[in-house]
Amino acid sequence: MYKVILAIRYLLKRRISYLAFLAVALCVFIVVVVMTVMTGVLGDFKEKNHAFTGDCVVGTESLVGFAYYEDFIKILEQADFVYAVSPVIKSYALVSPKQNSRNVGLELIGIDPARHIRATGFGDTLYYHQNDPAKAFCPEYDPNSIGFIIGIDRWIARNAEGRYDYESVARNEELIVSCIPLNAKGALSKAGTDVVNTKSFYFSDTSHSGLAKVDYWTIYLPFEQAQMLCGMDGQDKRINAIHVKFKQDEKVNAGCEKVSILWQNFVRENSGREKANLLQNVTVQSWKSYRRTFIAAMEKEQVMMIAVFMMVGIITVFIVLVVFYMIIGHKSKDIGILKSIGVSNGNIIQLFSGFAFLIGISGSAAGAFCGWLFLLKINSIEEWLFRHFGFQLWDRTIYAIGEIPHRIEPEVLALIVLAAIAACLAGAIIPSWQAARLKPVDSLRVNQL
Amino acid sequence: MNEGNFILQAEGLYKSYRLGAADVKVLKGVDLAVRSGEFISIVGASGSGKSTLLHILGALDRPDKGTVRFEGSDLNKFGNGELNRFRNKMVGFVFQFYHLLDELNVLENVFLPAMASKSTIGWLLSRKQAKNRAKELLSQLGLSERAEHKPYQLSGGERQRVAIGRALMNEPKILLADEPTGNLDSQTGNGILKVFEALNKAGQTIVMVTHDERIALKAGRIIMLTDGKIA
Repeated sequence: MYKVILAIRYLLKRRISYLAFLAVALCVFIVVVVMTVMTGVLGDFKEKNHAFTGDCVVGTESLVGFAYYEDFIKILEQADFVYAVSPVIKSYALVSPKQNSRNVGLELIGIDPARHIRATGFGDTLYYHQNDPAKAFCPEYDPNSIGFIIGIDRWIARNAEGRYDYESVARNEELIVSCIPLNAKGALSKAGTDVVNTKSFYFSDTSHSGLAKVDYWTIYLPFEQAQMLCGMDGQDKRINAIHVKFKQDEKVNAGCEKVSILWQNFVRENSGREKANLLQNVTVQSWKSYRRTFIAAMEKEQVMMIAVFMMVGIITVFIVLVVFYMIIGHKSKDIGILKSIGVSNGNIIQLFSGFAFLIGISGSAAGAFCGWLFLLKINSIEEWLFRHFGFQLWDRTIYAIGEIPHRIEPEVLALIVLAAIAACLAGAIIPSWQAARLKPVDSLRVNQL
Repeated sequence: MNEGNFILQAEGLYKSYRLGAADVKVLKGVDLAVRSGEFISIVGASGSGKSTLLHILGALDRPDKGTVRFEGSDLNKFGNGELNRFRNKMVGFVFQFYHLLDELNVLENVFLPAMASKSTIGWLLSRKQAKNRAKELLSQLGLSERAEHKPYQLSGGERQRVAIGRALMNEPKILLADEPTGNLDSQTGNGILKVFEALNKAGQTIVMVTHDERIALKAGRIIMLTDGKIA
């Protein structure tokens, strides 16, 4: 009991203890805030990629695409673990407004909105067709004309707060889209001066996926139109990918495994067909694997951040070690007194370890609380800083981040608190052990006072 | 003298310290026997080895050579646990500089040895008795009003009385006092000696170290320590 009493009194009555407490609290605060923001940004980014892709993609990187997709879609639609499938055309297009000759090369995605909104989160990215995403390619001002949907950042600039100033009604604007059609062998479909397929489309909507590259470099066209522009229509129609969404209880990796088996069987069964060679280029990937080039970079950043904070943790251990050396240096007389009344070495270690534990738990609790409070208000603080000093953590006109992530993950918080306590105990162990080894006569000598 | 009457016996104690390159011989074959209920003063000049002898008698230090027997048991043969129990139950120390814990109040300082000897549950079960015993000791030592005070709020004499209370908390068989009046004015020092006399009259065995022969006279037996040997 005296160990608990003394540990608490050492914590409360020694000013140097406050230093260790503050060091722990500060480290925990910083780690909680940065990890929450980083984890939040990464989590948000993954979520957006997941929504953009669906659960699984059966596709090829080749612009030629693959044929017989309708047969495989039928197989997928019959599978009990599949919720929805969407065939997709992916290519590149030269896009220029009717009014001027400025043109830009964009990634072209051809979709059937009715199918694509079921397989992905595409429906949620629309603005003017939120209530009827299946008719996303029907411009409000002229439902009979063929519409296009374009990445939001290509169409509307963000204001300083990071919001898009949408017009109340979609404006009537025509874009001319040109594609180079390829045949099944990868050669140009057309010869002479007419090698390019060109067609006009009318602005129908914007898509705000939250993925900077997608929202700036993508134009969506109706599936059949895109297929025609890319030369993938005709007898054995081709596509570039099938996006698949699994039923709710199906795990992504397990579902992808099943799709992969179905695909292998399909390839085997269709090996004798004319364009079977195109099926060889097709892979089955989970959404994470499909978007790995983007996600991996952010994951790497997070790993580096964790490594940096492990160094912060080492500094915490060092601070606690120094503080404990100082405290134990001051407390050598107490150790002598305690030993003179029969306290064992083990109990001396327990006393100072308990003291370290108290510093760890109180410091990390304070740091975690302050971190939680700060995160709760982080967006208001940033808004206030922006209003008064023009400061922003991320320039919203550039980065596709709405608000700073501030949702604390309980597991991450628990891990940080446990790590802080462990760091304190690690920092205290050597000084505590040395304290326990002190001879009572040495610590009680007059010249030691 | 019948060995059975001695509570503490020291035979052929040698102790030396390294002081830089030199080996300083502090005790050079000390023999000493303390009867139960005796009040002994060990007198000697500064550096004569009085405190070292007292520390060895109380198992705060080990001799280089020689034995210390407590009620016939050789302290050299005690393990760490037995030594801790010996320091906790059998001896009580009173130091020149009081050595109270600043973080504890007077009452807590007094019942500290009782608390140290028990587990948390054991302490929770027996704390009422221990607190009553500590209060009783403080009352006997005239410190009832000071129970809630911190050591720094007390005078030197009061602090020394708190230290005596702590030493007596577990009713030790022997009280070892190292210059208990050395840091006090003569009037306060006399007060402390009166406490010792009263305790001795009540049957407490006391071994006191002092350099002041006038103080030593208060004891029943005086032992002179000169140049590491008993004169």
